[in-house]
Amino acid sequence: MKIAVCIKQVPNTEARLRVSRDGRWVEEEDLPFVINESDEYALEEGLRIAEKTGGEVVVFSLGPERVKESLRKALAVGAARAVHLSDPAFAGGDALATGRALAAAISRDSFDLVLTGSQSDDVGYGGTGSVVAGRLGWPHVWLVMGVEIEDGNASAKVTREMESGVNEVSRVRLPAVLEIQAGINHPRYASLKGIMAAKKKEIATASPADLGLDAAGVGAAGSRLEIVSVSFPESGKGAQMLEGDAKAAAAKLVEKLQKEARVL
Amino acid sequence: MANRVWVVLQHREGQFPRISWEAVAAAQKLAAELGVKAEAVLLGSGVGLAAAEVARFDLAAVHVADHDALRVYTPGSYIGALGPAIQAAAPAFVVFPHTYQTVDYMPRLAETIGAGLLPEVTAFQSADGGLVWSRPVMGGKLQSKVRVKGEGTVLVSVQSGAFQVDGATRGETGVKPLDVDLSGVEPDREILGYEEVGGDTVDLTKAGIIVAVGRGVGGADKMAPVENLAKALGAEIGASRPVIDNGWLPRDRQIGSSGQTVAPKLYIAAGISGAIQHLVGMKGSTVIVAINKDPGAPIFTIADYGIVGDLHEVLPALTEAIQAAKG
Repeated sequence: MKIAVCIKQVPNTEARLRVSRDGRWVEEEDLPFVINESDEYALEEGLRIAEKTGGEVVVFSLGPERVKESLRKALAVGAARAVHLSDPAFAGGDALATGRALAAAISRDSFDLVLTGSQSDDVGYGGTGSVVAGRLGWPHVWLVMGVEIEDGNASAKVTREMESGVNEVSRVRLPAVLEIQAGINHPRYASLKGIMAAKKKEIATASPADLGLDAAGVGAAGSRLEIVSVSFPESGKGAQMLEGDAKAAAAKLVEKLQKEARVL
Repeated sequence: MANRVWVVLQHREGQFPRISWEAVAAAQKLAAELGVKAEAVLLGSGVGLAAAEVARFDLAAVHVADHDALRVYTPGSYIGALGPAIQAAAPAFVVFPHTYQTVDYMPRLAETIGAGLLPEVTAFQSADGGLVWSRPVMGGKLQSKVRVKGEGTVLVSVQSGAFQVDGATRGETGVKPLDVDLSGVEPDREILGYEEVGGDTVDLTKAGIIVAVGRGVGGADKMAPVENLAKALGAEIGASRPVIDNGWLPRDRQIGSSGQTVAPKLYIAAGISGAIQHLVGMKGSTVIVAINKDPGAPIFTIADYGIVGDLHEVLPALTEAIQAAKG
């Protein structure tokens, strides 16, 4: 099967964040960027299905120049080639604008399956893959915890996570868009051989014009949402912060739990 | 565009989760900002009794799409029913509870009908002649303020716990049928069934004390401080999702929206940053202690006591202090 996997590059969620000078987003200088967590699982799932059914993975990503590093990493673990929606006009899009752009890029080729992560760890709209599916007119499933390709690659049995420890099991016809939940598999690491091979693989770039899209319909210009500011919640609002080294703080905590909260 | 506010209630066989009522409260508040009354929409099959329950809130109407094809949720049938109805009525906003079901179909509904998409809001306020919406970004580490541009309906989902059910106004509302034509809708998903995950062999809901561990623990081979503390306290061990996904603990230890919901008298969260998916599963605990290296971790905003530090230093110290206190 020929599989498209959409990945997003996001700040490492463990990184110490600072608000940018204009107050509208985080300061990106010196910030470490990684492949979005659930997208890494989507990539791994794509590689496994391609290996099992015979075929290849083509990886798509939208974002600035630094995104090439994540695409190179995807090529190193086994994707055959990459498409980079690199034009500055794509920047700042909401799920609708970004989903439209990705769908246009994907529809230039013919795929049997599209995989995305379920949600980005930065803006967290959680809808980009569903928008891609809507544009392509294919079925979609969000928050996928299991995929079995069936019926000679004509359909997939899909397990979707619901709340409170219940899964929905369904069958969708292919091609479809499956939005993968973190934890579905164990993503592989790149081998040295893979890293060397990735250097020779193609990263094609695409602009709105290449995709037949009006620049006014993508990125920030094509979005209904505009982030006007970001801020930290008040740290420890309501929480008593216990100071000192580990031993001192632990002793204070035990005393509080015994005498104040009375739960020990 | 009409100044109307709709709210779509989620239910399963006529049973409403709490967040559906929170969505009603949010829609009433939003409608009041626009000087109108909110209208509820209910989809399903044989949902007369459920509709009567919704009608006990102060709304302009309860629109009920009662159709056999809506008995079981699928995105295709829900979008097929809601899409044309929203396009015809052109409400300014349609409010949804932010659930896994909503996220499954709301983005595609927005794309299909050309509406705006504003997921997971926690608050809104009027400012400079428009509405400013709050929603979490960076896994809840930061709050963003968002404005909506352009014309046309906006689909909004509200985060669990952000709007209080007590804030919803009671009243008496008439129930109206909402005609839907689903004849042209092709089934996009054949539901084969529903299955319990992991069988919940460990019931964390009965634990009096829980020591929960997050990604900060660093590996399956680094659990000893957690186990020692749990032993000293007579506590159960729980975990946030990344620990389970990494295979460091079995899935029946997971606490949060896709795991168990717990409310012990003491909850110690170690190395857990506090993503909303975890918070919804434990915020009902009587006393919450948070231990995290990052002073900006959102877990501190809901904790009663906080210690900034490495759990590998704090937990052994805490175990010792507890053993000393117990004599």
